[in-house]
Amino acid sequence: MSITTLLSISLGAILTNNFIFSQFLGICPFLGVSKKLDTAVGMGAAVTFVMGLASAFTWAVNKFLLVPMELEYMQTVAFILVIAALVQFVEMFLKKSIPALYTALGVYLPLITTNCAVLGVALLNIQNNYGFIESVVYGITGGLGFLLAIVLFAAVRESIQFAENPKCFDGFPIALVTAGLMALAFMGFSGLKVW
Amino acid sequence: MNIVFAVVVLGALALVFGLVLAIAAKVFEVKVDPRLPEITECLAGANCGGCGYPGCAGCAEAILAGKAPVNACAPAGAEAAKKIAAIMGVEAVEGEPKVAYVRCNGGTNAKKRFEYRGVNDCIAATKVAAGPLDCAFGCLGFGTCVKACQFGALTIGPNGAAVVDPEKCTDCMACASVCPRHLIVEVPKSKKVHVACANQDKGKAAMEVCSNSCIGCGLCQKECKKDAIHVENGVAVIDYDKCVGCKLCTKVCPRDAISPVATAEEKEKYKAIKKAQAEKAKAAAEAKAAEEAPAK
Repeated sequence: MSITTLLSISLGAILTNNFIFSQFLGICPFLGVSKKLDTAVGMGAAVTFVMGLASAFTWAVNKFLLVPMELEYMQTVAFILVIAALVQFVEMFLKKSIPALYTALGVYLPLITTNCAVLGVALLNIQNNYGFIESVVYGITGGLGFLLAIVLFAAVRESIQFAENPKCFDGFPIALVTAGLMALAFMGFSGLKVW
Repeated sequence: MNIVFAVVVLGALALVFGLVLAIAAKVFEVKVDPRLPEITECLAGANCGGCGYPGCAGCAEAILAGKAPVNACAPAGAEAAKKIAAIMGVEAVEGEPKVAYVRCNGGTNAKKRFEYRGVNDCIAATKVAAGPLDCAFGCLGFGTCVKACQFGALTIGPNGAAVVDPEKCTDCMACASVCPRHLIVEVPKSKKVHVACANQDKGKAAMEVCSNSCIGCGLCQKECKKDAIHVENGVAVIDYDKCVGCKLCTKVCPRDAISPVATAEEKEKYKAIKKAQAEKAKAAAEAKAAEEAPAK
């Protein structure tokens, strides 16, 4: 593991293998919370935070509990449990200790419990045989990729509101078309190789 | 055997998490005033922002802190204000229900300076050479207020200007804050006569830009028996404390700038009545003069 590995993991998570646009994980909050730019930023930040934490915890649970007990096939169930408990705990902790951050993240924090991007990053960490630091970096940068995607998408959706699209395209249809086009645009990064 | 092992391990994991969460819930407990959810329950729940606080939760907190009055939520109405007052242990101040009113009836009657083909939004339209209307005060009719209304109370009327449906309006005034021309004002719901123009130009200048503009001629002011309408800054303004809704002003307005607009028939009828009254008064005065003359 070197700094180049970490950089290539980051670049992959943010651009080439963006969680939303090329792995299609976490689509529901991506479509649900992208109507306004500021809520999109809040959601993106919360997801980044939880993905980083979840990567660390699930890695530990996998390494020190599931592997020694030969229960790897229970990963999905165990990780859901870990993530749900973790999010709940973080919410309580923030409410008491950092109320400002708690109100800023608001309703997004509990919503993230069921975000498949978070479960996805936990499972991908294991699949890719990442170590602890690599896992955490992958989690945080994966979250940043989500943040980038949802912020770009929210900005486009805000502008699209003023466009005169055909009646049948109003609202979600045009948003889905936009999401598809943005995914196509992100495909342009797929050949990107720096190291 | 393997299955039992998996169940035990996962069960133990869940139990540990459950215990941690239970302890955390006690350790990190934040006491919430029990009145807060009760107040939140009474509010309209539309998160319209009309009260000036961030959403209904923000408004409930402000009421609880005593920063906002108990009737801060206009959409919830007087009934909810009473309930909140009961929760807070104070007397409810009952105000007359109000609704929004668009002070423009011009729309397509207003002259256009150019054909605007940009983004379909009033705020965007005012950015292009100060808007496509000759009238610097009138409703542009692109419906930014219609989009802002969460209660479906606003529509673009048949003549191209926005119209409020007083039955649906909850007085949240979200529309007023987005109107780039500041045309939307709060009026008492019970009053029906309003000046449907905000043009502050005088005389000819106002006359040229729109066929429905108030030119500040003051006929309504002279006609009003209750001293309830006055020309201020070149436009007629109704004093709702004095207005009784007799609609005399609508019948004398030469520009049809006071709503409800009187029909030509009503105007003629009123003119005839006035003429008859004037003649009668003249005759009476003459008779009186004739009576007094010989006495001298």
